[in-house]
Amino acid sequence: MAEANLLASDRSRRDNLDPSRSFQGLILALQQYWADWGCVILQPYDMEVGAGTFHPATTLRALGPKPWNAAYVQPSRRPKDGRYGENPNRLQHYYQFQVILKPSPPDIQELYLDSLKAIGIDSALHDIRFVEDDWESPTLGAWGLGWECWCDGMEVSQFTYFQQVAGFECAPVAGELTYGLERLAMYVQGVDRVYDLNFNGRDDDKKVTYGDVFLQAEREYSRHNFEVADTAMLFEQFKMAEAACQKYLAAGWQEKDAGKKERHLMALPAYDQCIKASHVFNLLDARGVISVTERQSYILRVRELAKACGEAWLATEGGGQ
Amino acid sequence: MPDLLLELFCEEIPARMQARAADDLRKMITDRLVAAGLVYEGAKAFATPRRLALTVHGVPAQQPDVKEERKGPKVGAPEQAIAGFLRAAGLTSIDQAKVQADKKGDFYVAITEKKGRAAIAVLAEIVPEVVRAFPWPKSMRWGSGRLTWVRPLHSIVATFGPETEEPEIVRFSVDGIDAGDETRGHRFMAPGAIKVRRFEDYVAKLHDAKVVLDPARRAEMILADAKNLAFAQGFELVEDEGLLAEVSGLVEWPVVLMGSFDASFLAIPGEVIRATIRNNQKCFVLRDPQTAKLVNKFILVANIEASDHGKAIVAGNERVIRARLSDAKFFYETDLKTRLEDRLPKFEGIVFHEKLGTQGERIARIVALTGQLAPLVGADVAKAERAAQLCKADLLTEVVGEFPEVQGLMGRYYAEAQGEDEAVAHAIEDHYRPKGPDDLVPGDPVSIAVALADKIDTLVGFWAIDEKPTGSKDPYALRRAALGVIRIVLDNALRLRLLKVRGVSADLLSFFADRLKVQLREQGARHDLVDAVFALGERSAGGTTDTNNAQDDLLMIVRRVEALGKFLETDDGKNLLAGVKRATNILRIEEKKDKREYTGAPDAELLQQAEEKALAEAIAAAKKEASAAVAKEDFAAAMSAMAKLRPKVDAFFDKVTVNADDKAVRENRLKLLSEIREATRAVADFSKIEG
Repeated sequence: MAEANLLASDRSRRDNLDPSRSFQGLILALQQYWADWGCVILQPYDMEVGAGTFHPATTLRALGPKPWNAAYVQPSRRPKDGRYGENPNRLQHYYQFQVILKPSPPDIQELYLDSLKAIGIDSALHDIRFVEDDWESPTLGAWGLGWECWCDGMEVSQFTYFQQVAGFECAPVAGELTYGLERLAMYVQGVDRVYDLNFNGRDDDKKVTYGDVFLQAEREYSRHNFEVADTAMLFEQFKMAEAACQKYLAAGWQEKDAGKKERHLMALPAYDQCIKASHVFNLLDARGVISVTERQSYILRVRELAKACGEAWLATEGGGQ
Repeated sequence: MPDLLLELFCEEIPARMQARAADDLRKMITDRLVAAGLVYEGAKAFATPRRLALTVHGVPAQQPDVKEERKGPKVGAPEQAIAGFLRAAGLTSIDQAKVQADKKGDFYVAITEKKGRAAIAVLAEIVPEVVRAFPWPKSMRWGSGRLTWVRPLHSIVATFGPETEEPEIVRFSVDGIDAGDETRGHRFMAPGAIKVRRFEDYVAKLHDAKVVLDPARRAEMILADAKNLAFAQGFELVEDEGLLAEVSGLVEWPVVLMGSFDASFLAIPGEVIRATIRNNQKCFVLRDPQTAKLVNKFILVANIEASDHGKAIVAGNERVIRARLSDAKFFYETDLKTRLEDRLPKFEGIVFHEKLGTQGERIARIVALTGQLAPLVGADVAKAERAAQLCKADLLTEVVGEFPEVQGLMGRYYAEAQGEDEAVAHAIEDHYRPKGPDDLVPGDPVSIAVALADKIDTLVGFWAIDEKPTGSKDPYALRRAALGVIRIVLDNALRLRLLKVRGVSADLLSFFADRLKVQLREQGARHDLVDAVFALGERSAGGTTDTNNAQDDLLMIVRRVEALGKFLETDDGKNLLAGVKRATNILRIEEKKDKREYTGAPDAELLQQAEEKALAEAIAAAKKEASAAVAKEDFAAAMSAMAKLRPKVDAFFDKVTVNADDKAVRENRLKLLSEIREATRAVADFSKIEG
């Protein structure tokens, strides 16, 4: 009797983590899979970013000769994509699961397909396709080639071979996998509205949905992003972040002979300011206070910061010096 | 003779690049074979999402031997010259050279014989060279390697040998990839390694491993299955060649399935449903053969035979399409809430072109030009101006923002929905037309006015800022715009003096002339006849265009060319042309000799022989008659008037000696010849006509 109870509760605990019914179960399954493979499992970067790519574990670690394999969840903010919680699949804050493998292993496509299996997507039952999608990030001075990965016509991941980051050629090349977690979860859970996702995998009164966790935030942030965010302050913050980034970059260079840059001591703190500037720009853009022509010049300013940070990183130990 | 089998196996190649890549592979390998003296019998290349394959059959096993002769210095030349010759010819002693003699004496000749190499050895050099130099539109590196390819290259099959024997592997290696005889089947259904020998068993083994190598075959399979599936349910496939080609490039083993969506989405315009399903999901739509309206079904092409016969795949695609159509419906309904004219102020802030101002300014110009053109093409001015005002408004709608290809069409729908006049609504859709050689030409006067104004404004604008097309570069599609104007004018038999249209310059007119020539030539008209008619407007040698005679009425130009063509097919035409040419030639020679021109009316007093008098009279009569006919735009009658000249011209050349001894008589006769040329200019410049 006692043994049977134990088994039952054991099974239900396993069910709660089933990726096809639990959002967090899906995340854990991916983490488990990539940890097994040998990735460093990181935690999200503690700053506002537009995508997992901005995490220094991707942007900076993609540069330089050293091997690097990491996976992490990254909350991503796209102020413009807010819909006050009314659109079934658009969010101004969502999760990406990011994997970066450098150098890209020869079996990286198989690894990716196996990871889908690990979250319950069987390639004998589903139509999985690699559809051309070139990636470019003007703010990061980065580009790569790859695909959108489709499962039964739904884009569930992006797959990119980084060719250039921060204006520098990537050698060796890093392979980047980005899973759109909400999309993927909606697919495996069979849910049409993101807020209906089962977050914790419970069906009883302990069930928590994605809406329970995030709907209020979506409403509040949409209002903030589109209507209230203090633009005068944000313009000021942009300038401050830009100046700070430049200042830390300048202060970090160690010169051996007169004028010859040798080594950098503060690439990471400088890059934080670049991330900051990028997010502030996104907020200003959402508020609609940046004209079309100005927009380009802001993007260029962030790119200049990213490039300088990339140059600095390459002069650090992590960058191969 | 031996055959080559080559396969380059890699990660998924973008569909749009596959056909070109197969072609490039064939061309690059065979060009190098031929350059190496290996003339083959045939070659064919194929592409799937994961491989490029090439078969070249009938390749000689061996290069031919080549004998090279190198001429050297004279016998007894200085030592230095001899030494240099030996070095260049690769000889060690002058004894190895032969001595030959020519007019100047004995000299050395080095004869070297180059033994032909085995073709397989040549291939082992050619193939890696091609792989390294392959012209992908975009290529990349991966891992730690330096090789670039469209996506990571995994393996290479290269075998070579005659049909009757076991082929050999062409041994080479590219960036660590050794050529071999192993490939792989379908990614999911037959992922194991397959050993292949030659092209025939390669195709068969791939087929067993769920890969259809030939893209044309895949397209056929998809089309046939899609039509059958549709037919079985009483529907009809909306065929789509571009989509078919793309989808064929996304699968190695096409499996066609049918899905459906909620019928309530059919309230969205069919074109929007199609754009949604096609662009985003790469699926086909179906229609009811009776009503030609879309039905709530779609066809998808999967890449696997799923264990549940595709149930999960269909369900998944249906969910995505439902979400997409929900978005489209939302866009459409949102758009309907704003009137088109209320969107216009936004154009003031949108730059059309840096040097040509905002979209708002452009629309104002189009409205003004439409106002000028409307009466000339028989359109209601108020309606045409209204249509011009609204014609670009749909660019600011959500639906067009999402699907640019339905621009114009959505404008029409929204115009109809807000109660615009039917002619106005249609003009909004049709003003972009003709969009290509196969597109319809607008026929309603209101549509014509706006369509012409839109295109002419574009041409005038880009001409003004000197952004004309050059060579293959035509970023603003100005050739298409000019051709559009031409087709609208000709198809509707419009009388339009282009130089009278605001902003049209002589230079822009000559651009129209060039496009018209291309157009007429494509329809089979002789280009020299086109030149002969255009030359009428370019007559004054000083460079100033004679605007009265300027050929700026496209319709009349074409009528003239047609009449001229018919005339020249008759005996009268042919002989008259010969006569005019003869007269022109004599004139040219004599004018050159005398360093002067013979123009002006001949002196009647100096006409001596009956034949020259008759010719002078005939010229005067023909000129008058032809001019009158031209004024009435009766070109056939003008040609008949010219025909009457023919016997007089013939008789003149028969009986009269132009180069008479009497200087005054000679001059007068040369002037008469010049008059023949002048007279015929009433219809065309005969000197531009060939033959």
